[in-house]
Amino acid sequence: MIDMPSSPVKTMNMIDAINSALDVMLDRDDNVVLLGEDIGYFGGVFRATANLQEKYGKRRVFDTPISENGILGAAVGMGAYGLRPVPEIQFADYIYPGLDQIVSEAARIRYRSAGDFISPMTIRTPFGGGIFGGQTHSQSPESLFTHMSGVKTIIPATPYDAKGLLISAIEDNDPVIFFEPKRIYNGPFTGYYDRPVEPWSKHIASQVPEGYYKIPLGKADIVHEGEGLTIITYGTMVHVAMAVVNEHCIDADVIDLRTLLPLDIETIEASVQKTGRCLIVHEATRTSGFGAELAALVAERCFYHLEAPIERVTGFDTPYPHSLEWAYFPGPVRITTAIEKIMKD
Amino acid sequence: MRKSDKQNLPSLNLHIPEPKFRPGDIADFSDIDIEDVGVTARPDENSKPIDMQHMATGLIRVLDMEGIAGGPWDPKLSSSIKLKMLHHMVQVRSFDDRMFRAQRQGKTSFYMKCTGEEATSIAPAMALAHDDMIFPSYRQQGILLVRDYPMLDMMNQIYSNREDTLKGRQLPIMYSSPEHSFFSISGNLATQYPQAVGWAMASAAKQDTRIAATWCGEGSTAEGDFHSALTFAAVYNAPVIFNVVNNQWAISSFSGIAGGERATFASRGLGYGIASIRVDGNDPLAVYAATQWAANRARTNNGPTLIEHFTYRAEGHSTSDDPSSYRATEEYAKWPLGDPLERLKAHLIREGEWDEDRHEMLKKTMDDEVKATQKLAEKNGILGHGMHQEFETMFEDVFEEMPWHLREQMEMSLAEKISKFSTKSKEKKGQGND
Ligand SMILES: Cc1ncc(C[n+]2csc(CCOP(=O)(O)OP(=O)(O)O)c2C)c(N)n1
Repeated sequence: MIDMPSSPVKTMNMIDAINSALDVMLDRDDNVVLLGEDIGYFGGVFRATANLQEKYGKRRVFDTPISENGILGAAVGMGAYGLRPVPEIQFADYIYPGLDQIVSEAARIRYRSAGDFISPMTIRTPFGGGIFGGQTHSQSPESLFTHMSGVKTIIPATPYDAKGLLISAIEDNDPVIFFEPKRIYNGPFTGYYDRPVEPWSKHIASQVPEGYYKIPLGKADIVHEGEGLTIITYGTMVHVAMAVVNEHCIDADVIDLRTLLPLDIETIEASVQKTGRCLIVHEATRTSGFGAELAALVAERCFYHLEAPIERVTGFDTPYPHSLEWAYFPGPVRITTAIEKIMKD
Repeated sequence: MRKSDKQNLPSLNLHIPEPKFRPGDIADFSDIDIEDVGVTARPDENSKPIDMQHMATGLIRVLDMEGIAGGPWDPKLSSSIKLKMLHHMVQVRSFDDRMFRAQRQGKTSFYMKCTGEEATSIAPAMALAHDDMIFPSYRQQGILLVRDYPMLDMMNQIYSNREDTLKGRQLPIMYSSPEHSFFSISGNLATQYPQAVGWAMASAAKQDTRIAATWCGEGSTAEGDFHSALTFAAVYNAPVIFNVVNNQWAISSFSGIAGGERATFASRGLGYGIASIRVDGNDPLAVYAATQWAANRARTNNGPTLIEHFTYRAEGHSTSDDPSSYRATEEYAKWPLGDPLERLKAHLIREGEWDEDRHEMLKKTMDDEVKATQKLAEKNGILGHGMHQEFETMFEDVFEEMPWHLREQMEMSLAEKISKFSTKSKEKKGQGND
């Protein structure tokens, strides 16, 4: 499943792996530049860019004014010059002031100029809840981006994948949004918030090559194999779903999408056609969430293989609450209930 | 990649602003040009913005560093008002220390202090009418205390406990109180700026007498919302006061990253034709006078004013931040404009209205008040002990009336509550009664 490249391997958490990907790409390609709020000297509020300004200089790694619109607009312009900008938006919840530069500009430049100009930027942004961040540090807005035609959407679930996918994203000539599930920066979260957090070092995917390697965009990963059910998920929820599958010995394929767009439809189809049952799990709000797209695709393509209605486990359609975080979060209980329902007959 | 073929031209250079001091450096602010008290004149309240552009680079001051008040901006406040100001400054500092510690003790998730910047909220709140509308950022807790918002309610909000009037929905310190003409605080920077203008436009359209005032940090002036707000305010001559609290730092970014190397933040207003003034933000009397001047202008249809409060963020950005990793540790001690609380105190002592003993007493009274209130608040629960609200409350207020899909999700959450939490003793840890 993981095809190990030859460079020496180090134990990394997700932040280390992202930092390492940026380091590798800054080193390999002079045109890669990092920009964002607090990313320079300080190294980012989550430390993802730590030491990179010192290593590559201020012209390659620099702080920006607090203007997401400015950051993303400048990244479009840098891309037009020929650079490969990697802007950071401090929290996905703060991307909205810059949305126009993504929807109307980055996403359409190749199309509207018939390839005269491209926008090869990779927007990195922490997303998702589980950290008591309240409504402005917890959102999962991925479906806004898959909806807008022209932006590739990546969500890694492990340090190993984060590094390989980020390198692919930076090398990609189209705009990519790279959502980092911040709840699992330091360790895979099972959804049992009252149990001790396991560090990444206990997980095989923390063994990350120090050098350059890529994980192709558009390829899902089957993280658990089974016959009775297909669970399609991504980001933090991969680990929550896995915890349920392990705890209840569920005979399921668990698919970590890794890339939401372009989607690995073959892997999904093959799995659902095999199992006949499908559960979709994401943390984002339900209505018009990415799960709705997945459910539609499965219904269109696997209808005659289905033995039970498709189920979705999601966050509720409310702003992300503060004190009721664990009532909101689609944890093991919500997943187990849905599995029981699908497997009933 | 293509590069220019004009080989004979000098190459361009990208400028990246850099603060003067980083950890390990000895901070030295002797190059900051601080005008003496009285140098910046006080224009008539109905002066045209075009005739007082120099105000954007001046510095309104009343108190000198010895605590002597003077100059044309002296608001000549009665000693009881000045003592009230001091009282609130001591109160908010004590409150901040206590709540910061509560976060460190795991009682809540987050806190933000306003240490060193108390004057920029307390003095304006006292200069404005009690029903002028406030569109705050997250560092104006002083306004609520001046307006007699109950400290207990503030703490209940910070703990997201069962008495939290915001039902545990918001991150700590994101207060809201229509009764105190205090708009709901957003975590998204600068969004309050155009909203304040809209409120002021509404007040003008309705021929009301109330004005609006809004706050943001110098870092947030980079957001588009800041500039939209200034445009609208200028176009409609809106009765609004824009406060820019230039505390030198936006998390780890110094004011130069927001454009402060080239121009004062007050001068952002000039291009829009907005009256723009700059005030010593650590001088509570000057801040009071500046606000009063701006408020009088707004009330007499002389339009919006932008006030830059020149101050310093004495503490970290929030409980999530460690400023020693990006700035010289003793910067605050060296800050040429001193500490606002100490300056007001020195002034009152000099005037014979105050002394060290009474100050110690005041501090103790405030600490006791804060501690006693904290005890009461903790009886209503702390965030550390989890969910204090009924699950139903999560689905309320998304809309005025709950649509079917939220109703279904609410039912689901109630069913989950039974399977998730029924193992815990209901009386002890049941939701809504912790
Ligand atoms: C739209 C948006 N972008 C980024 C952030 C993250 N953030 C929160 S506070 C802050 C710094 C703000 O600095 P400043 O405006 O100077 O205010 P101060 O904190 O100094 O009072 C940043 C970048 C945010 N809350 N909202």
